[in-house]
Amino acid sequence: MAEKDKELLESIENQEYKYGFTSDIETETIPCGLNEQIVRLISEKKGEPEWMTQRRLEAYRHWLTLAPPTWAHLNIPPIDFQQIIYYAAPKPAKKLQSMDEVDPELKRTFDKLGIPLEEQMALAGVAVDAVMDSVSVKTTFKQTLAEKGIIFCSMSEAIRDYPELIQKYLGSVVPHTDNFYAALNMAVFSDGSFCYIPKGVRCPMELSTYFRINAAGTGQFERTLIVADEGAYVSYLEGCTAPRRDENQLHAAVVEIVVERDGEVKYSTVQNWYPGDKEGRGGIYNFVTKRGICRENARLSWTQVETGSAITWKYPSCILAGDNSVGEFYSVAMTNHFQQADTGTKMIHVGRNTRSRIVSKGISAGRSENSYRGLVRVVAAAENARNYSQCDSLLIGDRCGAHTFPVIDSANPTAVVEHEATTSKISEEQLFYCNQRGLSTEDAVGLIVNGYAREVLNKLPMEFAVEAQKLLAISLEGSVG
Amino acid sequence: MLSVKNLRAEVAGKEILKGINLEVRAGEVHAIMGPNGSGKSTLASVLAGNEKFTVTGGEATFLGRDLLSLSIEERACLGLFLGFQYPVEIPGVSMANFMKMAVAEQRKYRGEAPLSPAEFLKLVREKSAVVELDSKLISRSVNEGFSGGEKKKNEIFQMAMLEPKLAILDETDSGLDIDALRIVATGVTRLHTPENATVVITHYQRLLDYIVPDFVHVLYKGRIIHTGDKSLALKLEKEGYDWLINDYREE
Repeated sequence: MAEKDKELLESIENQEYKYGFTSDIETETIPCGLNEQIVRLISEKKGEPEWMTQRRLEAYRHWLTLAPPTWAHLNIPPIDFQQIIYYAAPKPAKKLQSMDEVDPELKRTFDKLGIPLEEQMALAGVAVDAVMDSVSVKTTFKQTLAEKGIIFCSMSEAIRDYPELIQKYLGSVVPHTDNFYAALNMAVFSDGSFCYIPKGVRCPMELSTYFRINAAGTGQFERTLIVADEGAYVSYLEGCTAPRRDENQLHAAVVEIVVERDGEVKYSTVQNWYPGDKEGRGGIYNFVTKRGICRENARLSWTQVETGSAITWKYPSCILAGDNSVGEFYSVAMTNHFQQADTGTKMIHVGRNTRSRIVSKGISAGRSENSYRGLVRVVAAAENARNYSQCDSLLIGDRCGAHTFPVIDSANPTAVVEHEATTSKISEEQLFYCNQRGLSTEDAVGLIVNGYAREVLNKLPMEFAVEAQKLLAISLEGSVG
Repeated sequence: MLSVKNLRAEVAGKEILKGINLEVRAGEVHAIMGPNGSGKSTLASVLAGNEKFTVTGGEATFLGRDLLSLSIEERACLGLFLGFQYPVEIPGVSMANFMKMAVAEQRKYRGEAPLSPAEFLKLVREKSAVVELDSKLISRSVNEGFSGGEKKKNEIFQMAMLEPKLAILDETDSGLDIDALRIVATGVTRLHTPENATVVITHYQRLLDYIVPDFVHVLYKGRIIHTGDKSLALKLEKEGYDWLINDYREE
């Protein structure tokens, strides 16, 4: 291996996780382990109606019959599900009336993360439903949204205030029978976000939720449900940072999206869970099920920038049920050190003239393993379905791995499915060229990686794109020794 | 400005430079000529700090600093510019962004305040005019899809943007048609001042019609075997290298 490469590799391995701090907020937890009592206790603590308790129990009983999936290209240490605490909430001293009453420590944590929770949010045009561990602490801009009939609240509130919508849509795209982690999530989900855009309404601002795992040893099980009714539009942003911890933390979220006829949803994620240290100790296990369904002429676009987690298992997918519906998946997945990622998408073409587009950019450094796994399925009835997939891999160093597992399954002869793939390395010539113009190797790598990922970054809303670029750079920080 | 003494360098165990001596003072233009494989591009790369080559002996000072102990980017920030023979493509990175970073880094190194976006844009307009570079190229990815001529113009545009003390141009004339050659060479000449210096590596005398050298060196088998004035280039054009090489062999 060339000197340059070696130096680059060694220095990349020396970087620290930038957001690795914890905040000292008193946390209320329940005993660890999982049984029917615990499920009832979670439901009770959240003051849920009986129908919800029953749905959780049903999911729990189904979960008992399942085993964790093993088909991914991941090396997952055995997880003892009885050693996990399934519920933790920051203890509210009293009901909060305004931002001034929010725990100063909590506010500082948000500030450190650069979350624009306060007045600057008005300027940025972002409403944030801030989830700290499991309970929503504060929801902003509700008033503005309420005027348009838009519902944007925590899942707990939604279960209490909008039972008919929740009963209709919750589990309609990702039923608890879908997979092991989806069943677990339905049984124990602590909180999450609910968003409903009524018929014909265009949401005037980007909706945004920041998730954050805080209590040590607490699994976090978020549940997100987004419904865009006929002709509605919303752009939803999800961003994650987590404090560093030594023990592994399990994160098994479910995101469901329903896009009714003529509706459009853009879902953007910047994910930066703690990836573990450079020896591969600690880090988040991120086992997420994300799926949306599109009715006639509807459009769903997933954009993700993944830089964190020790292990990522995630396939944001589109069921293109309605005729002329469109699904898109734009992804940048970066892994370093001993991180493992098995991520991709599923595009299920059911309606006629459905179209999908997949752009996946993998970046592997250190000794990480990065896999793209994709399924494009065209059912027999889906006349004139179109898919275009592009899967690129960028390798930094020669101890990492990049893998691509694309599956195309077409049952209709009119389908046109295209797949392109490339694998490349950052060349020494590129680095020398950048260095010769005065850029440090670290800056040069950041620049080249951002250039490589640009097609995906361009799909993110402006503010988010800047954050994502920073994250990519942070993940490569210290690349010059 | 640049003083090279008995510089030796190798790549993969093979010695390419076998004792180079070169003095370049402010305001001078030097041309380095010589047959293929004599080490011209290697000399340029080694001076710029390309780690592909290992320096095995000799010394080089640049503006009073020990050049060989500096990183590539420090050399660049001090004012050493290399015009590449084969400029590399960087997909997805716009020329504008690339130059913005390069200018910012170099100004920071020199302790100068960063340029405002307006100042930067003004600089881009001004400098792209020097080489008649289509200003649309600035929004395209670095060298991606550029024609051969555009790539070379782009090198000189970057030189204009960065205003180096010493520019080493490695076969900037290769692959250029007559018009592009005139534009590139005129651009280089316009950038020349009594405070800076230029070293052009070339195979052809025609470039030197525009960029008139004070010294012409002939590099052969890793050594400068002959130095003359601009008339040497004309003689080489007419008679080739054989007369020099034969002399050298006899030595």
